[in-house]
Amino acid sequence: MSLVIIKPGILDTIQDMGRYGHGNWGVNPGGAMDLFASQIANILVGNNGEEALMEIHFPGPQILFEQNAMIAITGGDFSPMLNDEAIPLWKPVVMRKNTLLHFPKLKWGARCYVGVHGGLCVEKWLDSFSTNLKAAVGGLGGHPFQKGDEISLRESTIYFPRFLKEEKNIRILPWQVNIKKVYRHLHEIFMVKGNEWNDLTQASRVNFLENNFIIHPSSDRMGYHLKGLALELAKPLELISSAVGFGTLQLLPAGQLIALMADHQTTGGYPRIGHVISVHLPKLAQLRPCDAIQFKIVSLEKAEELLLSQQQELKVLQHACLERLNAMTC
Amino acid sequence: MESKFVIFPIGDNAVTIDLGNRINESLNRKVLGMQQWLSERALEGVKDLIVAYSSLTIFYDPVLIKKKHFISSTVFQFMKSKLEEAWANASPSEEKPGEQLVRIPVCYNNEFGIDLDFVSEMKRLSKDEIIQLHVSKIYRVYMIGFLPGFSYLGEVDEKLVMSRKQTPVPVPAGSVGIAGSQTGIYPLNCPGGWQILGRTPLQLFNPSRAIPVTLKPGDYVQFYPISQEEFIP
Repeated sequence: MSLVIIKPGILDTIQDMGRYGHGNWGVNPGGAMDLFASQIANILVGNNGEEALMEIHFPGPQILFEQNAMIAITGGDFSPMLNDEAIPLWKPVVMRKNTLLHFPKLKWGARCYVGVHGGLCVEKWLDSFSTNLKAAVGGLGGHPFQKGDEISLRESTIYFPRFLKEEKNIRILPWQVNIKKVYRHLHEIFMVKGNEWNDLTQASRVNFLENNFIIHPSSDRMGYHLKGLALELAKPLELISSAVGFGTLQLLPAGQLIALMADHQTTGGYPRIGHVISVHLPKLAQLRPCDAIQFKIVSLEKAEELLLSQQQELKVLQHACLERLNAMTC
Repeated sequence: MESKFVIFPIGDNAVTIDLGNRINESLNRKVLGMQQWLSERALEGVKDLIVAYSSLTIFYDPVLIKKKHFISSTVFQFMKSKLEEAWANASPSEEKPGEQLVRIPVCYNNEFGIDLDFVSEMKRLSKDEIIQLHVSKIYRVYMIGFLPGFSYLGEVDEKLVMSRKQTPVPVPAGSVGIAGSQTGIYPLNCPGGWQILGRTPLQLFNPSRAIPVTLKPGDYVQFYPISQEEFIP
């Protein structure tokens, strides 16, 4: 018994927190684009935040749960439904077996996450379940979901029908995460200065901060191409390749920017104008092609402070979720 | 060893030390030495150490670093001090070309070496001269990056120094190319801008092997020519 992909979506993959420790083999981290939403999807169903889960783009898939399960959907709002009943995001939901999960309508965001209690039995490669599409490895054989794919769930000690009223097929559990703070001012993206920030002309620095950039439709999990006023270097720079990260803003020769995203390559040789701070990457991950971005510079101290306090909140949340689950099951 | 370096953040969870922004064997040996020094110390909270030509980057988990090392400063300041320590204490790595030499067969024909004619025209060299220049040197593996298993080797004979293509084209796995003073091997099918001279039947990247890559930073490579008949993937 397992989950069956009845109809695949445009790009559904297995992800986790990413694959680290193998950069010297050229193996990039990958992992969920919105690491805040992905961690919460796991936490809500009582998993470790690092568990494998599904990352779904719109149009989304149709997934038949052949067994009883508890799931939580977070991130983008694609109006998720279980059979013909709409279910909320950011809340755990228990369902009876033979229920169909589908996503009829795009309301907000670019990608959503489906965490499943217990976790998914999927392929681990170099310590991570993340799907590496280029190397065709990890997750479900390294490829996006295809029709007929089956994913087994890990054993659970919880007997879910206990949560369900006799005639009901689903139950929404009465706790929820407040996420307003994280996605507030969605278009305002904080960054810290990159090593080549000061190599921009004075006029380009002003332009960069005073104008919007538009996410180009060719953007994907590797990077977002940003359309805006062309930026100029004060003098030509010859950089040899060195490491880049998730959120690095590279300046291409024609003066346009690319924001590196989860599937970015390990190294690059373009000037680094800035780096989007970790706690604003979830916002960037939920922006869509043609959306506008306004960058704002913050200090590294501020970026660290925001990250540490967000991780602290996630820990508190994890504790609270586990307590509630335990209270319900015993 | 020159005594200059710069340390700068790559966002809020990584830090780079750069020893000079150039392709230079002694800088790369120092980088590898620092990487080994830091790996041996297995600092809790370090997620990855990435070697490039003249730089080393540490990716770290700021939460774990803060918790495990009781730091009062910023996490970045702490990581920066670790890189300074590594720079002061690590000796350059001591690979010897003879001991870590990987010999790689390459079929340099027009079918595989899609840019042989163009390079020949631009450099005013015959195809045989190009092949001879390419196989005559032993190259150092400076770094692996871009794609899983993509090796950056240097440096090619100055007669072969060519700029890369303006627009990347589809490149099959195993293709051997040149760009600037570098040469390298594409491990996977992908778009690429290097000038392609030939193709190796060897699989430089195979995820089903325990160590999926054939080459690592600090290895040495020499190419040797094979015929189309000898090209057995």
